[in-house]
Amino acid sequence: MDAISYQRAPDIGAALAAASQPGTMFIGGGTNLLDLMKGGVMRPMRLVDITHIDGLNGITALPDGGLRLGALVRNSDAANHAWVRERYPLLSQALLAGASAQLRNMATVGGNLMQRTRCAYFYDTGFPQCNKRSPGSGCAAIDGNNRMHAILGASRQCIATNPSDMSVALAALDAVVRVAGPNGERTIPFAEFHRLPGDRPELDTTLHAGELITSVDLPPPLFAAHSKYLKVRDRASYAFALVSVAAALQMDGNTVKSARIALGGVAHKPWRANATERALVGQSLDKATLQNAAALAVQGAQPQRDNAFKIVLAQRAIVRAVQQAGGVA
Amino acid sequence: MSPADTHPHDDASDAARKPSRRRFLQSAAAAAAVTAAPHARAQQPAATPALAPPPAATPMLPVKLTINGHPYELQVEARTTLLDALREYANLTGTKKGCDRGQCGACTVIVSGRRINSCLTLAVMHDGESVTTVEGLAPDGDTLAPIQRAFIEKDAFQCGYCTPGQLCSATALIAEYRNGDASAVTADVRFRPAQLSDDEIRERMSGNICRCGAYPNIVAAVKAVASGNA
Repeated sequence: MDAISYQRAPDIGAALAAASQPGTMFIGGGTNLLDLMKGGVMRPMRLVDITHIDGLNGITALPDGGLRLGALVRNSDAANHAWVRERYPLLSQALLAGASAQLRNMATVGGNLMQRTRCAYFYDTGFPQCNKRSPGSGCAAIDGNNRMHAILGASRQCIATNPSDMSVALAALDAVVRVAGPNGERTIPFAEFHRLPGDRPELDTTLHAGELITSVDLPPPLFAAHSKYLKVRDRASYAFALVSVAAALQMDGNTVKSARIALGGVAHKPWRANATERALVGQSLDKATLQNAAALAVQGAQPQRDNAFKIVLAQRAIVRAVQQAGGVA
Repeated sequence: MSPADTHPHDDASDAARKPSRRRFLQSAAAAAAVTAAPHARAQQPAATPALAPPPAATPMLPVKLTINGHPYELQVEARTTLLDALREYANLTGTKKGCDRGQCGACTVIVSGRRINSCLTLAVMHDGESVTTVEGLAPDGDTLAPIQRAFIEKDAFQCGYCTPGQLCSATALIAEYRNGDASAVTADVRFRPAQLSDDEIRERMSGNICRCGAYPNIVAAVKAVASGNA
């Protein structure tokens, strides 16, 4: 790892001031950043440690009945918080499906949103072509081993996927990301937080330079009784998703009153399946309805050489996740 | 022989654990050699002088840690991981470096009551915190912790390289379970897991890789301790 300088920020103001200097990055849990620094993929000159900032490490109730997750809450604490488990079990499941217990004890809510892709070509600096790591250099994955890569929303510049499980649940739950920056505070709807690659794949999110995530806010819980995070992966545990599904339903008897479906492992961002959601509303959870609705999620999917299986897998995973969320499987 | 080769409880006093100038220079030079010149070392093992001074532009930062109940005052670079601080600066080599990238769990230690991968965190981020390593699991020099006894009883290791991490992980796992924490295989996260089943243990230990494949016996050892049968 390159030599770096280190500074501990006592508060948000100090963190933002420090971040205005070039070559500076925030460090929270560090589980992804230090890994990338060891590989020479990311090479900050200065780290600003935000983990000792007061007020960003709590889980608090919001006046509207929602919940605020401080950006520095550890993934394990968020997953096991009584209110999260009781009111947002989908989020708990998604968090617990990610990484290992040791990593969840380090990783923060804010840091989880900032995870970089696990595309092997992004990680391996032995491959000069990676538009995400080195804009304009090309994409080694498009002609390479791309079994893990995107089937939706990719571009000719980048076919990487977002690796986060937590973010898939947050997309389904319509969370809001709160940030502080040089120009004050603002909120970003979750659907707008992560980007599709387009011709700027080096940008994972819509954060502006120097902005710091302060919390993730959850709207009032509507789906606690009927939700499921289903993660399909190569091992039973401790592996990134091939495909994952966050399914959340409101049921009126046997009829779907409202539905939220988001997919992981298929795109550069958590992928909301809006057409699938609409197709479920007012319907019962019979298999034909579910299969038809699931097919809408992969309309326009473009497989790479090695990952056409994801188109089939995503549909089957949606069907199973919705069945389990609805209590019919 | 370095002080790390002696049991920490053999040391005369806490002062003995504070690195002397000589020990500090040895460990700093060793660390610099590893981080600054890996290829030179790998390609020319015999002839190349391995010890290079640390770059002048890299200041040392003070870090106070309580490790296994004993105070340590270390001087480390900002980029020094907690793992390297434990092994190269505090001379506690029980904690193992496997992948050094957060994938194998060999470096697992318990910091302020939580198991973490010490390879993916900077020592300076833990100034003032308490660390428990495998050297600190046993209650005293003559008595092993229940999880250590269970690993022996159940034959839960072969080469032993992953074992310090497995032991720290298992120790924290049992505390997490008793605290009611859920896992990815918990049937309904809205409720406490009904029991620490084999599936629960496998899932909760999945961050610790064992290339010898001692998994069934590791599960048995954890189960024995968690159920009070060890």
